[in-house]
Amino acid sequence: MMLKIKNLHASVGDKPILKGINLEVKAGEMHAIMGRNGSGKSTLTNIITGKEGYTITDGSIEYKGKSILDDSPEDRALNGIFQSFQYPVVIHGVNNTYFLRTAYNAKRKYLGQPELDAASFMKLIREKMKLVEMDRSYLKRSVNDGFSGGEKKRNEILQMVTLEPSLSILDETDSGLDIDALKIVANGVNNFRREDRSFIVITHYQRLLKYIEPDVVHVLMDGQIVKTGGKELALALEEKGYGWLDGDQL
Amino acid sequence: MSDEKKIIDDAIDQEYKYGFVTDIEQETFPPGLDEEVIRKISAKKLEPGWLLDWRLKAYRHWKTMVEPTWSSVKYPTVDFQSISYFSAPKKKPELKSLDEVDPELLETYRKLGIPLEEQKIFAGVAVDAVFDSVSVTTTFKKELSNHGIIFCPLSEAVQNHPDLVKEYLGSVVPAADNFYAALNSAVFSEGSFVYIPKGVRCPMELSTYFRINALNTGQFERTLIIADEGSHVSYLEGCTAPMRDENQLHAAVVELVAHKDANIKYSTVQNWYPGDKEGKGGIYNFVTKRGICLDDNSKISWTQVETGSAITWKYPSVILKGDNSIGEFYSVALTNNYQQADTGTKMIHMGKNTKSTIISKGISAGKSQNAYRGEVKIMKGADNARNYSQCDSILIGDQCGAHTFPYIDVRNHTAKMEHEATTSKIGEEQIFYCNQRGISEEDAVSMIVNGFCKDVFQELPMEFAMEAQKLMEVSLEGSIG
Repeated sequence: MMLKIKNLHASVGDKPILKGINLEVKAGEMHAIMGRNGSGKSTLTNIITGKEGYTITDGSIEYKGKSILDDSPEDRALNGIFQSFQYPVVIHGVNNTYFLRTAYNAKRKYLGQPELDAASFMKLIREKMKLVEMDRSYLKRSVNDGFSGGEKKRNEILQMVTLEPSLSILDETDSGLDIDALKIVANGVNNFRREDRSFIVITHYQRLLKYIEPDVVHVLMDGQIVKTGGKELALALEEKGYGWLDGDQL
Repeated sequence: MSDEKKIIDDAIDQEYKYGFVTDIEQETFPPGLDEEVIRKISAKKLEPGWLLDWRLKAYRHWKTMVEPTWSSVKYPTVDFQSISYFSAPKKKPELKSLDEVDPELLETYRKLGIPLEEQKIFAGVAVDAVFDSVSVTTTFKKELSNHGIIFCPLSEAVQNHPDLVKEYLGSVVPAADNFYAALNSAVFSEGSFVYIPKGVRCPMELSTYFRINALNTGQFERTLIIADEGSHVSYLEGCTAPMRDENQLHAAVVELVAHKDANIKYSTVQNWYPGDKEGKGGIYNFVTKRGICLDDNSKISWTQVETGSAITWKYPSVILKGDNSIGEFYSVALTNNYQQADTGTKMIHMGKNTKSTIISKGISAGKSQNAYRGEVKIMKGADNARNYSQCDSILIGDQCGAHTFPYIDVRNHTAKMEHEATTSKIGEEQIFYCNQRGISEEDAVSMIVNGFCKDVFQELPMEFAMEAQKLMEVSLEGSIG
């Protein structure tokens, strides 16, 4: 089992956001979590990757059979949990190559492998850049500085394919992408799929799921998963809207 | 420094020649300042009468002045009568090997990436003959003199090149310029003198030389650099290795003179003792630095990395007198714990088509206060003057402060001025983003800070740029979390 979330309750301050999430993701699976704004999608992502500011009031999260609730964000990352951010931050003056090499070598070090020198890393990164059709100028630019929405998301996927995580959580990766960028991003993800890698795609719309085919679709509403099904569930949602499920809840 | 030392030694202490310090106290004046003390300093240095008069005039003026209070720094009143105003360069107690050095200090050197041989020099360990500072000095001196370059202690220049010193000393920073400059003019005892002849490009970064030889910089240093027509020089003072000094008050003066088509690049890495984590101790660094672009097409560029001292108070400035002259100021000032910095620049545009650039990066952490204070003045005759100023600050934590005080005075309507200022907090979002990629919090902060300082670091001489980056990391240790 890649990820096992049981009865997860979490709040921000006094406000409960997640109200009993149960989720199991097996190795090799692609899950989609759909929901409206404010349903708790981003909170769930942030809690899995260990961002501060949330209180877990009940429940458990196990990754590869072990609880991760006490692990720091960087330990979770080093252990193979990756988040593609909805709004990737800008870091002025730090070039992408340097940033990504630092991250890559942090992981190598964690795994007890020798660090990769600058030249070898350049070779590696050039190969990876092809996967998301990233322009060469990327290497010299600062992290996400002056990037278009599409470039930022492609950069997230580039980081994913370089760091090779076991569990990737793609938070609203489709937002702000035109159709060409969407296809590039989806391609990057699809080529990265493997039987020992799992994915959770967080999305508001069904659009991305046309290109990244999920094995399981969940619908998140008011902090709970109210429906789980196959990829046809995403289509049904697209057709009927989230209101369709409001009725279910009543 | 060794030559200066020799002169002093010969004058005052025979036993010094053998390398033994028998009685250090006798080389240090008792505390207190009056005309008699100044006469004694001048006599120790075997100075000509005009210089003594110059000192006395400065002293008399200083007595009429009051300590400035306009800056944002706060400190207890300095008792100027409790300070000793002359101390011959002391020989540090020599250790036999690095094993005898405080391991914590060595760890800092290691983190800064300082080469082993240089670590020994900083720590006061005997160095082997190959790297002996005297022999290095001799080699450098020979090469410099082949080009007609004069580079020596100021007191030596007074003896050997009195005309040059007389012509330029106080020509940029007059003796009565400000409280600390006047004090310095009265009592200065150490410092460097550089003269680059017409058309000569100094064949080396004067940093390399300086780094090894001028470590025992004094309390009242005075530096004078003259670049004659068409000459080029790059000078670096200080080093990234932490420097301790028993004198709490430092009041240095640096004067730069650039003639027609000349180019002076002056870089500073200041890492004096900042005081402990509770804010006790630490150096008060009150410095006056100014350069003049005397003639057409000359250029003066200041680059500073200020991480040390309890209080830093300095405004390296440029007077752009010649037409088409260029003034630059690139600064990184980092304060942590209880440090205070009030630093910036003045660009005074007098000539036509003069250009100035100001890039200031302030980093505040702990409970420190960090202020940028800068003035851009466009005089009436300065047609088509241009200035670009960019002052950015970042805050680490929520108990520190960043302040920006830009003064702009434009008296010519053809001037073009651009000013940009930003203040930001090192974002939790930025740190989390790095964490999520497996980068530790400490590495993330140093990466973000170094990225922030990049525009300034790239102005530093190559060898120091790397060290400066590491210096940021070391200076920020313990400021996170």
